[in-house]
Amino acid sequence: MLEKALIGSRRYWGWIFFLLAVIGVGFIFYLRQFSYGLGLTGMSRDVSWGLYIGQFTFLVGVAASAVMLVIPYYLHDFKKFGKIVILGEFLAVSAVTMCMLFIFVDMGQPIRIMNVVLHPTPNSIMFWDALVLNGYLFLNIVIGWTTLSADRKGVAPPSWVKPLIYLSIPWAVSIHTVTAFLYAGLPGRPFWLSAIMAARFLASAFAAGPAFLIILALIVRKLTKFDPGKEPIQALGKIVTYAMIANVFFLLLEVFTAFYSRIPGHMSSFEYLYAGLDGHGKLVPLMWVSVVLAAVSLVLLINPGTRRKESLLVVACAAVFVSLWIDKGFGLIVGGFVPNPFERVTEYWPTMPETMITIAVWAVGLLVLTVLYKVAISVREAQLESGTDSSH
Amino acid sequence: MSISRRDFLKIAGLSGLGIGFSATDLLWKRGRADAVEYMPSPKGLTAKRWAMVVDLRKFRTEEDYKRVIDACHRIHNVPDFGNPKDEVKWIWTETFEHAFPFQRNEYLPEGIQEKKALLFCNHCDNPPCVRVCPTKATFKRRDGIVAQDYHRCIGCRFCMAACPFGSRSFNWRDPRPFIKEMNPEFPTRTKGVVEKCNFCVERLAKGLKPACVVASNGGMIFGDLADPDSEVREILKTHYTLRRKAELGTRPSVFYIIGGEEDA
Repeated sequence: MLEKALIGSRRYWGWIFFLLAVIGVGFIFYLRQFSYGLGLTGMSRDVSWGLYIGQFTFLVGVAASAVMLVIPYYLHDFKKFGKIVILGEFLAVSAVTMCMLFIFVDMGQPIRIMNVVLHPTPNSIMFWDALVLNGYLFLNIVIGWTTLSADRKGVAPPSWVKPLIYLSIPWAVSIHTVTAFLYAGLPGRPFWLSAIMAARFLASAFAAGPAFLIILALIVRKLTKFDPGKEPIQALGKIVTYAMIANVFFLLLEVFTAFYSRIPGHMSSFEYLYAGLDGHGKLVPLMWVSVVLAAVSLVLLINPGTRRKESLLVVACAAVFVSLWIDKGFGLIVGGFVPNPFERVTEYWPTMPETMITIAVWAVGLLVLTVLYKVAISVREAQLESGTDSSH
Repeated sequence: MSISRRDFLKIAGLSGLGIGFSATDLLWKRGRADAVEYMPSPKGLTAKRWAMVVDLRKFRTEEDYKRVIDACHRIHNVPDFGNPKDEVKWIWTETFEHAFPFQRNEYLPEGIQEKKALLFCNHCDNPPCVRVCPTKATFKRRDGIVAQDYHRCIGCRFCMAACPFGSRSFNWRDPRPFIKEMNPEFPTRTKGVVEKCNFCVERLAKGLKPACVVASNGGMIFGDLADPDSEVREILKTHYTLRRKAELGTRPSVFYIIGGEEDA
């Protein structure tokens, strides 16, 4: 099936080469980072994780969100998702690929990566995260590829894939729970030391992932002969709505606990992020953009009139995606390190090379996504032409 | 001599099997050391749980602090980058209110809030850094010292996020050009690994007390916390001491005497 990714229009190849060029530029910056060290980034002794780990955290959520298509389709027999489940599964593959690359570029000694395998350490959450992420990547490649191949031949998927599909559901929850545990179990970081962290991660994931999927589905409709359909997009829109409400609710729970208890350590990171602390407030404008976008998206999503209009739904989805990208891909990580263990403020801002490497990793993810979507959509287009639409 | 296709395949298959078997053999043997058991020097200092008391009353001038910090950083090849972004440090000073943020109290006797404390790794009995390390590059020894293997560390910096005391530094770039005087007795580090105070394990093995203790003129007292007759236990029995962020349950092995009557 992969050969379908080799036949495409001028526009398709133009996009592929554009991504390759971006990756090439980022790779040159990575070589510089590789030889100089992570000092090339904006990170420091006090803020020792930054944009890379933020992107990793955010993208684990995007990956986990495939389950929001798998559950309705396979557990509730919601047939309308039949044609687009594959888009969710392939998005998960692309997102997990990016997660792994972000971990890799964040490593001080990347050539020692196999030490994690050579010296397995089950008491480290990182060990479990590596395990569940690899497992999830494997599950989605196998499930996506097998069901699509069967679809192409117009036959039912082999029976052995069903248990894997069911397994992928708790597995998706596990990847984001384990990722939350990376942060939520550290004694000296009160901003992260919260039992609701995993739940909040899942809520934001189930908002950001499907929001991105809606945007992708609309792009697919515009550029190809395959139409994901109006109803599946509306159903996804409702999922985004509920998840975004839950996410904002969970965030407000955190704010209440911190500010009603008035424990300084629990308030100070919030103060730094949303108001500035000790005269430092580099992230304040960004965090308020996130708040405003979240509010705009909720207005557009909760109101059925605006949600049903695809032109407004896509605006709401973009707002959700950007809002959560700022909140989780940036603020959550940096906020956990400010103030430092001595209650002093050291600020962080990514450098140019760090930003270029980050963009290049996204380009790798988009390349994987483009190739996989090209295959999936070619299969769907062929079905349309021959009239052998087997997807119920 | 020419070999037939059939013979070639046979040989190739057998070689493949051979490689496979040796690989499995490696897997089976993994974790089992065949080397001769390491014999510690009989001169070495040993303890069940090493601990330190820092008597801040003995640190009066800037020079008192500097002497201790320099002694440590010199023998351990700690680089001086001259900027806070790349900074690597094993022992340093911080004012009382920042070193003990939970003990903040504006009615303390004059001078205490601004009094500088010497900070370094607490060698916690229940160390979060050891718990989170994905490669066991940081580990707790039987004598309580939390050590760091610079050759196994992958530089993920999970330990830095986990340490509530900011005790750990990362080599953001090659540290070697920034070491003023190289001490050939102690390894230098490479970029991309984490490091911190090691309670001078290399000196203890030779029967010497930590460099900071020697340089402190009695301001730092080192001993076995598990031995009720040790010097540190005697001091803890007769003085009121503080540990940093004790409420987090990491059980630091470093104790501080802040003020009060000096009886030494």
